[in-house]
Amino acid sequence: MNFTKNKMLYGYVILYFTFLYVPVMFLPLFSFNDGMHMAFPIKGFTLDHYEEMWSASKLHAALWNSIYVGITASLSATFLAFLAAKAFTKYKFRGQIFTYGAILTPFLIPEIILAVSLLVIWINIGLPLGLTPIIIGHTLFCVPFCMIILISRMEGFDKNLEEAARDLGEGVLGTFYRVTLPILLPGLIASFLLGFVLSFDEFLIAMFLAGSDQTLPVYMWGQLRFARRLPHVLALGAVIIVGTTLIVMLAYWLRNLGQPQEKKNLTIDI
Amino acid sequence: MNKNFIEIKNVSKYFGNVKAVDDVSFSINQGEFFSLLGPSGCGKTTLLRLLAGFEHPSKGQVFIDGSEVTSVAPNLRPTNMVFQNYAIFPHLNVRKNIEFGMRKENLTKEEMEDRVGEVLNLVKLQGYEERYSNQLSGGQRQRVALARALIKRPKVLLLDEPLGALDKKLRDEMQIELRNLQKQVGITFVFVTHDQGESISMSDRVAVMNEGKIKQISEPHDLYYNPQNIFVSDFIGTTNFLSAQTLSKDGDLIYVSIENIGQFKLNNKLSIGENTNDVTCSIRPESIELSSEPIQNKELKMHGKIVNTSYYGELTTFHVVIEGIKNPLIVSSQRYDHKSFLSNNCYIGINLEDINLLTNE
Repeated sequence: MNFTKNKMLYGYVILYFTFLYVPVMFLPLFSFNDGMHMAFPIKGFTLDHYEEMWSASKLHAALWNSIYVGITASLSATFLAFLAAKAFTKYKFRGQIFTYGAILTPFLIPEIILAVSLLVIWINIGLPLGLTPIIIGHTLFCVPFCMIILISRMEGFDKNLEEAARDLGEGVLGTFYRVTLPILLPGLIASFLLGFVLSFDEFLIAMFLAGSDQTLPVYMWGQLRFARRLPHVLALGAVIIVGTTLIVMLAYWLRNLGQPQEKKNLTIDI
Repeated sequence: MNKNFIEIKNVSKYFGNVKAVDDVSFSINQGEFFSLLGPSGCGKTTLLRLLAGFEHPSKGQVFIDGSEVTSVAPNLRPTNMVFQNYAIFPHLNVRKNIEFGMRKENLTKEEMEDRVGEVLNLVKLQGYEERYSNQLSGGQRQRVALARALIKRPKVLLLDEPLGALDKKLRDEMQIELRNLQKQVGITFVFVTHDQGESISMSDRVAVMNEGKIKQISEPHDLYYNPQNIFVSDFIGTTNFLSAQTLSKDGDLIYVSIENIGQFKLNNKLSIGENTNDVTCSIRPESIELSSEPIQNKELKMHGKIVNTSYYGELTTFHVVIEGIKNPLIVSSQRYDHKSFLSNNCYIGINLEDINLLTNE
């Protein structure tokens, strides 16, 4: 069947993408609008909102907080997910399915419940709120995503390659650095980038645990209370959309790098 | 030449309750092409992995060139392995694959180039240095795996079904090439295969394994003509089994009653006792003469009917039913003249020395 000749299907695809992307496109559109309100007609083109956004010093602090939390949480999550993925792909053990399910739980339970439980535990321990609990919460939240990506990458890993390296004179560490790591590196980077994006965009956990240290989404939420500040939040939103899209595309490309052609997946498996 | 270059002493390997290798002892000579042959799950690959150091014995000891290696790590053994799927490093090109194991040898750039050139020449793979694994054919990958192992100049080269992934014609070529290569480098080869033809055509000696045990270690010719038990006789080539009982001994010979055919005086190479009920006579299809005329010069002569004829080009296989014998006899002959058999009547003749007497164990 020729895809483009089927008019029904063609129409459906157009409709689908319209619903998916038009609302999102309003953000960048109005971020260039020379006016205070998110309403048609558009009054003129301006970059003022972007200038205003850039000059907000609280935003800078929130941005750096988000980057710091994103990198730390994603590195920890990728490391933990790598260990789990290694165990699931290399060994068969008792309770494997249960363990797998248990690790996936944070991905399945409503985020608000996760956020509230973390808050309750953290306060009961008596530690101050701030970036540390957010990092812990985000690590927990990212591990399932990272693990799924890494498992899909590592499932095809031929363990004979590690044995061959041992056979050719390398020890356990040498084998890891010269064979395992280079082959899995694209997957690890993809996992890191996706974890970073997830953490960067995450709102609820950050909102509950932030205290006075805001991440970017929490900052945006705060700004929405002031009608005057709306345009620069739109500008910020537009920048974040472009940024995350680029990172996810990079992650997708990396994940498939060096995979045999027929094994390449169209999805990122989440 | 060292007679006991590799020594395996009372080695057992258990995986849970499974005895993959069960109290096995034997030795391999220096410079020998030695095959481990058996059906899948017989323990041959486990035995090879015990030699490589990927597994360690549950019991027993392994020696290579006089030193005990029973629990030595694979990277510290004088062995190298060619894997069944070749395990070429996909992130490295052919040259880097071959150089992989040379990192700790501290060679100069020139020395390294010489060594790489030498093995590339040996496996006939010059000009492929810059290619990656996914740009090579199965046969070329195998050559990379061989070169990568041989550049280390191991005392023992271990090969795990290296020809299994190749098509038939290439496999036949590689058999000859591998054998020549082994003679050229003089390294001891331990070769695992489930293909009896492959092991017989290439090896100096073959160990036949089943259920974790060695059933026989012999030169290929002996394995075929002097099997020591029913398993080996059945596993190597095709054979006819006739049930029999031993009667009395006469020196090295023994009187045997075979099914309903009669009593004969046979060689007793395995020294089977008198009056044993469960014995079996094994006769190779090509040791049986088939003719449309009564046969004169054979000690065992019978009359039968041909029930089935299969033509294989160089050989024809006949199934012959004989009165008093349970299963049809399989007879193979280079002649294809079944039309000369009047209403499928035929005569067969067997020399008594071509009958192998085996015990049923």
